[in-house]
Amino acid sequence: MSEPSPRAPAEESADRPRVGLFVTCLADIYRPNVGLAAVALLEQAGCVVEVPATQTCCGQPSYNNGDLAGAARTARNTIEAFEGCDYLVAPSGSCAGMLRDYPKLFADQPRWRERAEAMARKTHELISFLTDVRGLDAVAARFPRRVTYHDSCHGLRALGIKDQPRRLLAGVEGLELVEMADAEICCGFGGTFCVKYPEISGRMVADKASDIAATGARVVLGGDLGCLLNIAGRLGREGNGISVYHVAEVLAGMADIPGLGDPKDAGGEAR
Amino acid sequence: MQPLSHAFKERSVAALQDETLQVALHRAKDGFAVKRAKAVAGLPEFDALRDRAVAIKNHTLEHLDHYLERYAEAVERSGGTVHWAASAEDARRIVVDICRAADAKMITKGKSMVGEEVGVNGALEEAGFEVVETDLGEYIIQLAHEPPSHIIVPAVHKTRGQIADLFHENHAKYGLTRKLSEVPEMVNEARQVLRGKYLAADVGITGANFLIAETGTSVIVTNEGNGDLTCSLPRVHIVTAGIEKVVPTVEDASTLLRLLARSATGQDMTTYTTFSTGPKRAGDPDGPEEYHVVLVDNGRSSMLGDAFREMLRCIRCGACMNHCPVYGAIGGHAYGWVYPGPMGSVLTPLSVGLKEAGNLPNACTLNGHCAEVCPVRIPLPDLLRTLRHREYQLRLGLKPLRWGLAAWVWFTAHPRIYRLGTRVQARVLALLAGRKGRFTRMPLAGGWFRGGRDLPAPQGETFMAVWKRRQKEQGR
Repeated sequence: MSEPSPRAPAEESADRPRVGLFVTCLADIYRPNVGLAAVALLEQAGCVVEVPATQTCCGQPSYNNGDLAGAARTARNTIEAFEGCDYLVAPSGSCAGMLRDYPKLFADQPRWRERAEAMARKTHELISFLTDVRGLDAVAARFPRRVTYHDSCHGLRALGIKDQPRRLLAGVEGLELVEMADAEICCGFGGTFCVKYPEISGRMVADKASDIAATGARVVLGGDLGCLLNIAGRLGREGNGISVYHVAEVLAGMADIPGLGDPKDAGGEAR
Repeated sequence: MQPLSHAFKERSVAALQDETLQVALHRAKDGFAVKRAKAVAGLPEFDALRDRAVAIKNHTLEHLDHYLERYAEAVERSGGTVHWAASAEDARRIVVDICRAADAKMITKGKSMVGEEVGVNGALEEAGFEVVETDLGEYIIQLAHEPPSHIIVPAVHKTRGQIADLFHENHAKYGLTRKLSEVPEMVNEARQVLRGKYLAADVGITGANFLIAETGTSVIVTNEGNGDLTCSLPRVHIVTAGIEKVVPTVEDASTLLRLLARSATGQDMTTYTTFSTGPKRAGDPDGPEEYHVVLVDNGRSSMLGDAFREMLRCIRCGACMNHCPVYGAIGGHAYGWVYPGPMGSVLTPLSVGLKEAGNLPNACTLNGHCAEVCPVRIPLPDLLRTLRHREYQLRLGLKPLRWGLAAWVWFTAHPRIYRLGTRVQARVLALLAGRKGRFTRMPLAGGWFRGGRDLPAPQGETFMAVWKRRQKEQGR
C-alpha cells in the first residue's frame, strides 16, 4: 500500500484514516447496496469507515438551478456532519465534484469559506480515493461477465477519473471490459435537466443505450447513480436485458442482487 | 431577425422530430470532434498555446481601450476609416451609409457572425442593394432565407438533397437548369454564379477573425478563398468586427491562428488566411479604393465589467458546439438566435435578455465537454450556472421548480425529518413497483417518462436505515 496522500490532514492516524462515507441521496434512497459496497471497499483499503448520521444531500440541485443561498445552507449541513473525519468519500464523481466547489458558495463569508476549503481538500470520489490516495491496485472479486463502462462527466472532467475504475476492474476475476463508442459523451441525465428537457435528455440517453448495446456487453457499469438510473431507465424501456450496476458493487463482489431496475426475481450477475 | 429563444422548448422538440434535420445532424456527428482530436494530438504544445492565448486575450481585454485606439490610429495611418458602432442599429446605419456614399448596387459578403448579429443583410436589402453571400454555406442559407445554424458551418443542418433543390430553384435564372446530385458539381455551379457577382460587386463586406493593433490589419480565415475576392475586387471594402477581436501584435494573431483552425475544423491552418491593411496604395496591382472598419460594441463593453468578461476571449471556433451533446441532438436553429450551442447560450441571454432566452443556460447538462475543448479556456458551464443564478435572483424561472428546491433545501437542513422522508419514499416506491423493480409511469413525474425511459425502483430500505440496524446488531 502506498503512502497516504501528502494532502492528508495532520490528525489522520498513520495507516487507518477515519473516512466519512457520504453515501449520496440517490444511493441512500435507490441503491443502499452501493453504500454497503463502498464501506466494504474502504475497509479493504484499510480505512475506518464512519457514516455521519446527519448527512443529507450535497446541494447540487440548488447549486445548478441558481439557488446559491439554498446550496450554501445544504453545504453547511454537510460540512458540520463531516468535519470530524479525516476524509469525506462519496461513491459519486458528481457529488464529490460539488463538495470541491463548496468554497465558491461562501465567497463573502470568510469563516465558512475556510471550513468549506478544508472540506473540499479532504473530499474524494470513492474509486479514485481507493487507487490514488490509498494505493489500492487489486480487489478480490469475481464477475464473469462481459461489461462496458460509462464515464460520468463530472468524475471524468472535474476530477480526472478515467483510468482508475478500469485498473481495478482489470483485476476482477472473469470480467471482460469492452469499451463502447463515445464512452465520454454525456448520457443526458444532468440532474434536473432530465425532467426540464425530457425530449432532449431522452434522445441523449437513447444514443447512449445504442452505444452500450453495440458492444455486445450484457452489463454496463459506471460511477454515478444519477447517470446509471437514467441509463437503466432507458435500457429497461428497450427491454434488451442489459443490466446496470455501480462499479463499486462489482469491485466489492456485491453485484449478487438484481441490477438497477431489474425485476426482483432476476438473479444477481455474479455467478 | 427577431429572437425566438423563448420558444426553445417547442423548437427543440420540433428539431428532434424533424427527420431531415436529424439525417444532417447525424452525418455531421463526431466529424469535427474526431478531426480536432487528431489535430490536437499532433501538436504537443497545444495546451501551452492555449495558456498563451488566454494570456494574450486577458491582457488585451484588460487594456482594451488602449489597443482599440492604437488599432484605429494604425487603420487611419494606412488610409482607412474607422467607424464606432455602439449598437446593432448604429452598425446597420453606418454600413448602409457607406454603401450609399459609394453609389453601390451590388454587394458581396464574406461570412461574418457579427454581420448576422447586427442584421446587416436585412438593412442593406431594405435599402435597395443586392447582397450576395459568398461563403458557400452562407450562400446556401441565404437562398433558403434562413439564419446560420452553426458559427463556422452555417448550413450544416442542410442535406445534399435540400441543397440540390435550392440550387435548382434559384440558378435557373442564370441558365443553369440541370438538377445536380454530386457535391463537386454543386460547388462548381455555385462558383460559376458567384464569379459573376464578385466581378460586378461595388462593395465587399467581410468580418474579421482578428484585428491587429500594431499594424491596423484585419485578418480573415476561409477555406474557399471567397474572402480574398470579396475584400480585393470591389471598389470599397468594409470590415465589420466586434471590439473584442483586437489583439496587440501580428505575433499574437499568429498564436491564436494556430489554435483557431485546429479547434474549429481540425485543420492545421485554413486554406486561406488573408491579411488586409488599408486601401490600395499607389503602385498596388489590386485592392479596394476605400477601406472601412465598423467596430461593433453592441453590449460587449458592458460584459467587460461583469462576471461574463471571460466570454470576450471567444474566438468563434465553434468547438464548444461541435462537442455539445445538446447541440448535436437539436442543431442550431432551436436556440432561436444568432449564436447557438454553449457559447450562444451564454451570449444570447446577455444580448436579448434572460426573460427571452432563460431556457438556453438551463438546457445544458453541465457535462463540461465544451470547456474541455475551448481553445481560450472559457469556463462555459460556470458562466451558464451564473446565468441560472441571475435568473433565480430575478425570479424568472419555473415557479414549481423554485418551490421544489426551497422544500428540498429545508429538508437537507433538517436531517431527522429528511431521514424519515427518505425512508418512507424508498419503502413506498419499492412496494408500489412490486416484483417488476421499475416504474413505467408515475403521477407528478411525467418529465422523467417523457424522455422515453422507465424509472428503476429503490431497493426498499435506505442505506442509512440499513447502516443503523447493522451498527445495532454489532452492538456498536
